[in-house]
Amino acid sequence: MYAIFVAAEGGTEHNPIIPLWQEIVIGSIAFAILCFMLMKYVFPRMEQTFQARVDAIEGGIKRAEAAQAEANQLLEQYRAQLAEARTDAAKIRDDARADAEGIRQDVLAKAREESDRIIAAGKEQLAAERATIVRELRTEVGTIAVDLASRIVGESLADEARRRGTVERFLTDLETVGAGNGSANGSAVRAS
Amino acid sequence: MIGQSVVLAEGEVPFPPSVEDFFLPSIVPWGAHNSYWITKFTALVWLGVALTIIFFLVTYRKPKLVPTKGQWIAESIYGFVRNNIAVDMIGHRGVAFAPYLTTLFVFIFVNNLWQIIPFVQISPMAHIAFPAILAIISYVMFIWVGIRHHGFAKFFKHSLMPPAPWFMQPLLIPIELFSTFVARPVSLALRLFANLFAGHIILLVFTLGGFVLLNADSFFLKPISVLSWAVSIAITFLEALVIVLQAYIFTVLSASYVQGALADEH
Repeated sequence: MYAIFVAAEGGTEHNPIIPLWQEIVIGSIAFAILCFMLMKYVFPRMEQTFQARVDAIEGGIKRAEAAQAEANQLLEQYRAQLAEARTDAAKIRDDARADAEGIRQDVLAKAREESDRIIAAGKEQLAAERATIVRELRTEVGTIAVDLASRIVGESLADEARRRGTVERFLTDLETVGAGNGSANGSAVRAS
Repeated sequence: MIGQSVVLAEGEVPFPPSVEDFFLPSIVPWGAHNSYWITKFTALVWLGVALTIIFFLVTYRKPKLVPTKGQWIAESIYGFVRNNIAVDMIGHRGVAFAPYLTTLFVFIFVNNLWQIIPFVQISPMAHIAFPAILAIISYVMFIWVGIRHHGFAKFFKHSLMPPAPWFMQPLLIPIELFSTFVARPVSLALRLFANLFAGHIILLVFTLGGFVLLNADSFFLKPISVLSWAVSIAITFLEALVIVLQAYIFTVLSASYVQGALADEH
């Protein structure tokens, strides 16, 4: 029945897989315009943007790496400086210790010298005093001995003794004999 | 004419839909049946192209390193085709083909999109002329690229003679000739056209079918028209998938043909 209608309508039936040439023309122009506009004004700029973005990211990474390297370098530098400072400090400490030791030695030497000097002065003084005392004693002991002998022997002996230096001689003998021995000395004195 | 005949005969909605539903009267001159310069189809193509160009030019007027939303969408479209189709299939040389492939993808997608835009609901791609142009461009391009890469004789030898024993070649060469140089453009064009054509037919069937059921004599058939319209809405969602998928397939196949033409091994 439809076939009859179609025949009656007079062949305006379209075949869907036969393209209309007008549409081919229009489609080609439209697609060409789209291609031209997008390929000339849009996609190249997109590629540029992508590239710029890649560069920005890579640049950022590079900057970060440079900063990291610089920081590492500074760290190394500080470490080196710190080590140097430690060495210096150790050296200063050693020097100070050595100085202190030297000073101590000096002080000790001075002190020893001083003490030696003081001891020597004391000894000298003692010796001087001793000599004085011995001299006084010698006079005194001689007098006492003479007095004692005068009392025992008699008055006349005093002149005799004075004349002959008996007491001097005795005391010199006494000293010679009893140089090392005090008690002997005493007993000799007593004996005379 | 069948649909119109039915209308004339019964004074009702044109049903069932026919091929003639794809050949609407022209806009200028108004209502003419044999004028094809300015019709709904060509108008939609122009409008689609214009909107696409405006979209890309506006969103990419001042590109920034940190993209705005519009710029991001535009970049995503190009980046998707560039990285996921061109570079993935062709390799590093694919970057050179990314602009063409993206334009192809966008053109098909936008024109397909009319299929589900309310009050338009028909895609220019349902006319074979438009898919045919694109198929021919892709066809010429992959042959051109192959000849430029390999040289004329080597490209055809490479394309037509698979690595097989010599006595198999008389069998293989015609098969390769047909599959590479005949079936490829035809299948590209027909696949896209037929999907959109059939999609529109299905939408018509269920939408007009609803009216037919509503006007049916039997009272019990009338409520079923609601079901019919519900199905047409569901089909619209299916079409949304189809239009993206077909744009993608067309682009991927074009890229794969270029890749085949550039490949050094068979």
